[in-house]
Amino acid sequence: MPMPAHEIEALIKAAFPDAEVTISALADDNDHWQAVVKSAAFQGKSRVAQHQMVYAALNGKMGGELHALMLQTMAK
Amino acid sequence: MTAIADRIAADIAANDVVLFMKGTPVFPQCGFSAAVVQILTEEGVKFQAYDVLKDPELRDGIKVFSNWPTIPQVYVKGEFIGGCDILREMHANGELKALLAEKGIVTAAV
Repeated sequence: MPMPAHEIEALIKAAFPDAEVTISALADDNDHWQAVVKSAAFQGKSRVAQHQMVYAALNGKMGGELHALMLQTMAK
Repeated sequence: MTAIADRIAADIAANDVVLFMKGTPVFPQCGFSAAVVQILTEEGVKFQAYDVLKDPELRDGIKVFSNWPTIPQVYVKGEFIGGCDILREMHANGELKALLAEKGIVTAAV
């Protein structure tokens, strides 16, 4: 099931209010996204931990409803 | 631990570099798995691959084991390193090469 970009962004922003989120489409199917997330919450965390935080913000949709999200995280 | 978690723990302990993927290195069944196979190949590292598509218990079990929702997943010396995006980033900026060297894993120049 596709998941629109604004929904992904809203979930991420709900978890990280300071986040700068940039979402772009990898394919024109509403199902393959690329997201760059910058947040102070990532400071001092490993990459795996940073991505886990974003996946947690997506409420378990990653890997299910949300098929593909190419993710890049950075601390700001 | 559950039986599948025991098995995963034994597999990642027995092999320096382990890739849980969809399909096989010769026949990846997903673009992300294919990308990781290519990265590991470019790094010149030998790895043990497990095909989760042939093993539904492993497919679910590895997600719980790693607390990671997607496949592929890469382990180095028993440590979860990440999925495709992290591997791609680490490959591009040299961190992966440094990690393999630091862990004493033999790589061949390709």
